[in-house]
Amino acid sequence: MWILIKGAKAVEPGLSLNGKTVDILIGDDRIAEILPHKDPAQEKEGLETAHGMIFPDRIVQGAGLLAVPGLIDMHVHFREPGHEYKETIETGSKAAAHGGFTAVCTMPNTNPVNDNAQVTRFIIEQAAKAAKVRVYPVAAISKGLMGDSLCEFAELKSAGAVAVSDDGNPVTNSLLMRSALEYAKGIGLVVISHCEVPELVGTGVMNEGETATRMGLAGIPNASESIMVSRDIALSELTRMPVHIAHVSTRESVDAIRDAKNRGIKVSAETAPHYFTLTDQAVGNYDTRAKMNPPLRSEQDRVAICQGLADGTIDVIATDHAPHSVIEKDVEFDRAANGIIGLETSLPLSLELVRKNILSLEQLVEKMSINPARILGLKRGLSPGMVADITLIDPEYSYIVDAKIFQSKSRNTPFDGWKLKGRAVMTIVGGRVVFEI
Amino acid sequence: MQLMKKDILDMQSLSVEEIRMILDTAENLKEVSQRPIKKVPTLRGKTVVLFFYEPSTRTRTSFDIAAKRLSADSISISASSSSMVKGETLIDTAKNLEAMNPDIMVIRHSCSGAPHMLAKRVPFSVINAGDGTHAHPTQALLDMMTVREKKGQIEGLRVAIIGDISHSRVARSNCVGFTKMGAHVTLAGPPTMIPRGIESLGASVTYSMDEAIHDADVIMMLRIQKERQGGFSFPSEREYAAVYGLNLKRLEKAKDDVLIMHPGPINRGVEISPEVADGPYSVILDQVTNGVAVRMALLYLVSGGKRNVDTD
Repeated sequence: MWILIKGAKAVEPGLSLNGKTVDILIGDDRIAEILPHKDPAQEKEGLETAHGMIFPDRIVQGAGLLAVPGLIDMHVHFREPGHEYKETIETGSKAAAHGGFTAVCTMPNTNPVNDNAQVTRFIIEQAAKAAKVRVYPVAAISKGLMGDSLCEFAELKSAGAVAVSDDGNPVTNSLLMRSALEYAKGIGLVVISHCEVPELVGTGVMNEGETATRMGLAGIPNASESIMVSRDIALSELTRMPVHIAHVSTRESVDAIRDAKNRGIKVSAETAPHYFTLTDQAVGNYDTRAKMNPPLRSEQDRVAICQGLADGTIDVIATDHAPHSVIEKDVEFDRAANGIIGLETSLPLSLELVRKNILSLEQLVEKMSINPARILGLKRGLSPGMVADITLIDPEYSYIVDAKIFQSKSRNTPFDGWKLKGRAVMTIVGGRVVFEI
Repeated sequence: MQLMKKDILDMQSLSVEEIRMILDTAENLKEVSQRPIKKVPTLRGKTVVLFFYEPSTRTRTSFDIAAKRLSADSISISASSSSMVKGETLIDTAKNLEAMNPDIMVIRHSCSGAPHMLAKRVPFSVINAGDGTHAHPTQALLDMMTVREKKGQIEGLRVAIIGDISHSRVARSNCVGFTKMGAHVTLAGPPTMIPRGIESLGASVTYSMDEAIHDADVIMMLRIQKERQGGFSFPSEREYAAVYGLNLKRLEKAKDDVLIMHPGPINRGVEISPEVADGPYSVILDQVTNGVAVRMALLYLVSGGKRNVDTD
């Protein structure tokens, strides 16, 4: 099976044809060839390649589109097993494909928790049966996410886990975190840290500050995140092992990570589109769709997140896609579950950073594909021989977000009704078109 | 005279004119409670549901009496007697009640914003009788009524609110209400009990009790909610009383015509000494009396308020 993408603009930093209009030939599951686009006037029936004369089975017209290495969202919650009424691997992966993602990392806080090889294998088997995109399970650091003892990393790794995290819960025991970093390195697993000091969060349900005080909601201070970011940086320095900081939301965390990187410490970090798009004012009239953990922060924090993305402090944009049903969300604010879905709005919200000249297109591709691949130890790119995971983006596509037609089972997004610009128009995973508009 | 509002949710959403109208109406209605036959037929045939998800004696009784003096039918529901204990959600409970066609629901809830959530979903009027640490508009209105009654006006007065501001919906609503009516509000308490950004409600903040009271026309003491402190806000009631309690000695530093208020229930000997609570400057029981009048006014005004209640 040969697919030819004709006349799209390639975006991949470091690629010799970056920024050029290209023809990309996909042969089965690999990229066979990437060539400067040929003038249609000189076109023949077939395509001369290193593989000889090729007559593509399918030609995709790429004029006006961007061809980028397949997007990777390294932080999603697919709720299977255990909470299939919110999301399944099938529906979550459909949402991913619609959002332009070719791969996702699923967090372990399912029920049962992904803290043993059986659950990891179950997720991989379900994905093989039903998933549109590549699903990389993240297993738990500690058994039952309880923070008491390490999971069996080696067995989890051989079952298919790519990383470990107690996401949703912080690892409050610093010795356990130190051990996790050291032990995981030996096994070849990435450690992803959810940074939160529970005592400082207390009964908090939104960002501490003016809005929370006015609304009479208990606040969560920035320090509850940055203290643990600083701890993990210190542990990474101590152990000389890498650590990846999940969902960075505060200015102080960005400063700490920037400083650590300048000192050569092996820390990487991600943030989510809501942290660079919204502030705690979105909680407004007790809107539970804007309730998440970490919470939406202040405008200064939002700006700091943008700066951190621009200067490379923050490596990755990941959604923390957290589906919840009305059962968890259509209740009193204090009682509502944390989290919003993000897979189907991430790319347009991130493209907004390009339009605002905060990121170049190349940087965007780094943060949504190249860097997550590097952190997870995956090989991605548009060069011949790479797996054919490609996202085609129409940067001018304007539309109004309608959560009712989302592929995700859940609707908990504060971006419903927003007018957005730019979206994936085709998602190709391993040479298979899994979504096209 | 008509209030163009379906709901009374917080002080932010009431205009100066509306607050005046409520206070004027309450003043007129206060007289009803002094009659030998304390009842007017104004709300005959109206149904008022008192929905209290959080324990309350004073406020619930006050609303109940207010409704009955206006001849409305009132029914009380508490969290322990409602389907809440069977796991029914707030919205479901409200929809079930809605199916029985009440005219007004008075709600107290431990979650901030619960009355707002409800008000958006139901056709009947919702009156907030205290939500979490957010708002307690009827308390603010009865406090303002009491001050206006005793001082003749609110504008230009200095009001000191002292205690656990963080957990106080009374402080928040009074802050907004008094500031709106032209008073200056100073909040005082230990820094552990002053929430960040509270100045955005228009108040100034001090950690010194003496500074807060020395030029105050009104001193409002807040109850120390022991159950909410979790052991970190202050070391002991003894120390709290010494630093932030209002006693006779400290009262000497206040103005000669100061008013002492407290939303109740009071912890005698903690935030306020018995001599002060029962002393000549205290208007604590006037607040309770005015509470009935203010709640009558609100029940009347949200019901349309077209008829003149002075008759009958």
